[in-house]
Amino acid sequence: MAPQITNLSSEKSEKPVWSAGIILAVIAAVCTTLVALTYGLTEVRIAENDRAWLEQNLQPALAGVVYDNNLLESVLEIPLPHELPGNEPVLAYRALLENTPVAALFVVSALNGFSGPIKLLIGIDDNVAITAVRVLKHRETPGLGDFIDSSKSDWIDQFEQKSLSAPDRTLWALQRDGGKLDQVTGASITSRAVVKAVKETLLYFEANRETVFAMSDSDTTDAAE
Amino acid sequence: MSTTRKPMEAVRKALWDENPGLVALLGLCPLLAVTSTFVNGFGLGIATLLVLTCSNTLVSATRKWLRPEIRIPIYVLIIASLVTCVELLFRAYFPALDRSLGIFIPLIVTNCAIIARAEIFASKNPITPSIIDGIGMGAGFALLLCAIGAFRELVGQGTILSRLDMFIGGDPIGGFIVFDGGFLLAILPPGAFFSLALAVAAKNAIDRRRKRAAGFRLSI
Repeated sequence: MAPQITNLSSEKSEKPVWSAGIILAVIAAVCTTLVALTYGLTEVRIAENDRAWLEQNLQPALAGVVYDNNLLESVLEIPLPHELPGNEPVLAYRALLENTPVAALFVVSALNGFSGPIKLLIGIDDNVAITAVRVLKHRETPGLGDFIDSSKSDWIDQFEQKSLSAPDRTLWALQRDGGKLDQVTGASITSRAVVKAVKETLLYFEANRETVFAMSDSDTTDAAE
Repeated sequence: MSTTRKPMEAVRKALWDENPGLVALLGLCPLLAVTSTFVNGFGLGIATLLVLTCSNTLVSATRKWLRPEIRIPIYVLIIASLVTCVELLFRAYFPALDRSLGIFIPLIVTNCAIIARAEIFASKNPITPSIIDGIGMGAGFALLLCAIGAFRELVGQGTILSRLDMFIGGDPIGGFIVFDGGFLLAILPPGAFFSLALAVAAKNAIDRRRKRAAGFRLSI
């Protein structure tokens, strides 16, 4: 082994450091181009898939609410700035029965999870009670933080029928933070992030219910002004 | 590790004698974590096969410029970009499978089987043998993932090929039900360790039997 090491160091001294830098830079450029090309190739399809997945989850998130309008046509984009969780415009779907609002669905992002944003679909009925919550996308640790996914555990079902009065809004926190909601031991960051996002969405809906149902698609731009 | 291997012999070695999962015991984290069903194992196996083949190709193509002091950053660059590409492709073409495998697709970056082949083989050999090595090693790993996935699925939930729709599209497929119920432990993490142990034991038993048969023939 020893002779090889001397061999390596003598080779190092022959070639200047900047040539190594150039080689690295060229390979980095090639690799970046490769990723950029693949991104360009898949961008549209990924967006379509994400939308299809969202639409597939609208029904489960409404859990039993009776409505008669086309949800997909009732979509509304709530522009920034808003008091909802997340730092991007929020999509809201509105469920109507005979033109009377019965429920709304919000697509929000909880940003303070353990690893990356947790994209949530939150359904709220006309009494400002949760119909159901579904996790659309997350990057939490498998086996530890992925219990928020309804396919992994029923933890997310605890929100059903909860509102800002039951439990009281001061108790909308994990039990270990003195609240009323269940946490998963060892994953309180994930639990806390989801609870906070759901609570903020409820607060927003309570304060802005009339505007959410009154806004039509064309009003979105007006609201932004 | 000679470069003069015949392609078929190289593939046979990669699939059996030097199988990255069975013999080298590399990449155990994804192997143990995702193999709860055949489809999951197959999905990750294909992704790993793709990354390994492409990374071997690229490393081999750039091997003339590889210098000892920058070779590790170059491997990491190449492997990380390829994994990102594969992840994007999976999200575009197999969205359900991507959701099911979750973080384990990006985690292929950390599969030491890939960097091991780059260092041991691709950085020292021409492109064609490197591609063959990548396909062989990738297939060896993928087959092991499929075998353990199928075994755990059968024992754990009594089905074969459930959720095949994640690959071919369409409505959710329950798979062929062989028996009802199942032995839950096989699906849980300990089941992964037991299944891998059984696979390694079976391989060793077969090898020993073969060796004994060969020795017997020699003694005659």
